[in-house]
Amino acid sequence: MTEHAIKARKHAAGVSIEDVNLYYGNNHVLKEVSLAIEPGEFFTFLGPSGCGKTTLLRLIAGFGNAQTGRVRIGGKDITALPPWQRDVGMVFQSYALWPHMTVRRNVAFGLEERRLPKPEIWRRVDAVLELVGLSELAERRPSQLSGGQQQRVALARTIVVEPQVLLLDEPLSNLDAKLRVQMRQELLELQRKLALTTIFVTHDQEEANTTADRIAVMSEGVVQQVGTPTELYDNPANRFVASFLGMANVLDGRLASDVGTTVFHSASGITVPLSSSQVANRGTGDSHSIMFRPQSVAIRPAGAPEPRAGVSMQGVIQHQEFLGNLTRYAVAVGESVILVDDAHQPNQRSFSVCTRVGLSLASEQVVILTD
Amino acid sequence: MNAHWGQRGVALLIAAFLFLFLVVPVAKVIIVAFQAPGTGAFTLVNFQDFFNTSLFREAFWNSLYVAAISVLVATAFAMPLAYFTTRFEFRGAVIVQTLGIIPLIMPPFVGAVAMQLLFGTNGSVNLMLEEWVGINIPFMDGLNGVIFVESIHYFPFILINLSASLNNIDRAMEESAQNLGASGFRLFRRIVFPLAMPGYVAGASLVFIKVFDDLGTPLLLNVNTLLAPQAYLRISSIGITDPMGYVISVILVGFSLFAMWVAALALRGKDYGTEQRGGGGLAKRRMRPWEGVLSYGVIGLILLLVLSPHIGLTLLSFGTIWSFSVLPDGYTINHYREVFEQSPQFVTNTMLYASLAALVDVTIGTAIAYLVLRTKIAARKWLDYTAMAALAVPGVVLGIGYLRTFFGVQLPWSGQPLASWWVVLVIALSVRRLPYALRACTAALQQLSVALEEAAENLGAGKLTTVRRIVVPLMVGGILAGFVTSFATAAVELSATIMLVSRESDAPLAYGLYVFMQTAAGRGPGAALGIIAVLIVGIATYLSHRVIERGQKARGLADEY
Repeated sequence: MTEHAIKARKHAAGVSIEDVNLYYGNNHVLKEVSLAIEPGEFFTFLGPSGCGKTTLLRLIAGFGNAQTGRVRIGGKDITALPPWQRDVGMVFQSYALWPHMTVRRNVAFGLEERRLPKPEIWRRVDAVLELVGLSELAERRPSQLSGGQQQRVALARTIVVEPQVLLLDEPLSNLDAKLRVQMRQELLELQRKLALTTIFVTHDQEEANTTADRIAVMSEGVVQQVGTPTELYDNPANRFVASFLGMANVLDGRLASDVGTTVFHSASGITVPLSSSQVANRGTGDSHSIMFRPQSVAIRPAGAPEPRAGVSMQGVIQHQEFLGNLTRYAVAVGESVILVDDAHQPNQRSFSVCTRVGLSLASEQVVILTD
Repeated sequence: MNAHWGQRGVALLIAAFLFLFLVVPVAKVIIVAFQAPGTGAFTLVNFQDFFNTSLFREAFWNSLYVAAISVLVATAFAMPLAYFTTRFEFRGAVIVQTLGIIPLIMPPFVGAVAMQLLFGTNGSVNLMLEEWVGINIPFMDGLNGVIFVESIHYFPFILINLSASLNNIDRAMEESAQNLGASGFRLFRRIVFPLAMPGYVAGASLVFIKVFDDLGTPLLLNVNTLLAPQAYLRISSIGITDPMGYVISVILVGFSLFAMWVAALALRGKDYGTEQRGGGGLAKRRMRPWEGVLSYGVIGLILLLVLSPHIGLTLLSFGTIWSFSVLPDGYTINHYREVFEQSPQFVTNTMLYASLAALVDVTIGTAIAYLVLRTKIAARKWLDYTAMAALAVPGVVLGIGYLRTFFGVQLPWSGQPLASWWVVLVIALSVRRLPYALRACTAALQQLSVALEEAAENLGAGKLTTVRRIVVPLMVGGILAGFVTSFATAAVELSATIMLVSRESDAPLAYGLYVFMQTAAGRGPGAALGIIAVLIVGIATYLSHRVIERGQKARGLADEY
């Protein structure tokens, strides 16, 4: 019954951002940003602080002005509309609950501004409070609620107006670790239930990976890459994406032809044969970088036989860290230092620092970066 | 886009108000000071005349002397109080806080006459001293009297500012210095004192300006060789064409600006308080027994001094005859009856004028705060600067400016000069007290997270609705505080009032008090009027505290605000 009341809503709308440039004075905060977000999608802006992700989110909500570019929602150009005419729901990082109003008044605010009849307002407020499990606390003031409860009020206040798009600005960052995981799941469940186009801003890659249909990784005002979490992890476009999502080994060098196949020679002296699908149509002789994940490298004692396929390397262990499920080694191979993740089994012995070891890398797990 | 036009319209209205009632009158005063009488050409002759007249030279040096010594005496009162309360576990903290409110609810000139009866050559204290020890201390002789009254009245400005900055010091600052080997007096001199210095300078410069500009106290003590009384006497006895009043005005404004500039210089880049949230103040320690005796003794003495004008005034208002004796001869309530029967208009006028002025102040204050902090309108900062500039304009100067500017303008319906219309008095009061309300409103708005407004806009509320439903309700504490400060200080304003009041039926309480105090027979009713003023302001202050507190409690916000 209550869910039905919420579900009777407009079709989810897509968001498109076209050629947006935004400056604060001389500071170029957003550079040529273009994105297309599908209706009903859970889309995440991921990046370190200061990368422009919150600025972009606020731009969609109508806070701040871009010097160039357009924002469309459901095909309609809303670039010139003020925030209050956009029908875009935003949950603020600080929640921004009004301390002089009760939970119920906070949630009813948007409906009152839409001049809905009183009975409908009360019905919808009750329904959404039940949906987020806060019916009991309707008459409390925000300051009498816990962080997680405040978060739910902020969410309820936003979804009760049934916005075309839901914007979430680091909504979990003020919660403690355990609550964050729980709220993250609740948020995702709710989003699926309401089929709301959702844009989520975070700097936490785990949060992004666990919730998002697609992620836009941002750095220094530029969208570095857009894709599903696995696409970004397995095929990062560049050095930034590779190292922002998980640990990465990056080697600089150049491509060369060798008896019909292409090989990569790193500046530090490591040679990796590559298949034509990996190389695509990149020119030989140019400088390039390759990337592979620490868990793609196998480690063995120095004297043990080499595997037939892949690249074999010899090195000396510089550091080792025990992380529970795995042991991470930093191995000096020539002038490079290569990270190796070795899955840990109970009672397994680890290699100690200064031990000589052999490494092998399956070359199909190597990715060529664009820069 | 509509909102922008609305904002621009409000900004223009406020700019017009400030221009007409602050900029023009003050500019007029400054221009006249540099004009040759008769021809109107630019000249420095007036200033030459001023410094060639021995009376004015004396007044000039006296004013500087009185202001400087008052700062020193006020510091001597405030320093130990601030130190004791922030440094030690101290039970008298509430008393000391109360000391901070007392001057607000009593203008210095009200207590001046009572102080004379208590501390004058033939006052209670000296009569007792003569009888017991055979000495007579000239507390109230000439300039001493002005210094004594002013410093007792204004020392809380230093106390409040100094305590605030001491309390803002992060304990970690002190602890890290101790960790690196500093302790005792070295710790105080190298860490605590420099961190508290901006607060002290802010308070001290305020005291300097207030004393330098004060008209009421010297007038009531009949000490006229000071700048402000000279300006008033020249204008009131010779007329608004006499250039000396204008020259003195320019000097008063100049020194006010100078003191404000010194304070700004001391505070620049030293906003330590905001960088260290949740500092918790200096480590407090328990007092040793002798320290306890000493500090409570000092505080008791200062408290007695601060309350002495109130005590004296109360005695005077109930006393029959009080002359050459420690206490009045007998007690009566006739003085109060006389006030209410013969001139109740003093009280009603004051209530009307001060409430209207305070209402204007919080309205303009809220609007300016919003324009400055929340919009991008061109030159919005200048509204703020102009309104705050009223702080540097002494009441005498504003009064002279109004007379000069508006005397020639006549009300169309009665032919009365605009300058003597009571509404202009209200405007003068609101211009003078606008800085207080503006600061309170600005502080209240600064504490509001912009996200609260953005959330409302995001949910469909336009600018005006957001202001009405979110901004103003959340600012209400600050607006109320601004209202009370403006009201309380406007209710006892004398220096602009005394120049602009044209007849007794329009006069507010402060003016009535001044008139009563001119004659020996009027002292009793005058004191009764003074007590009424103290009660009005005291009750208003108390009520607003209650309202603000209750509002906070209802919201469970006591900690957040």
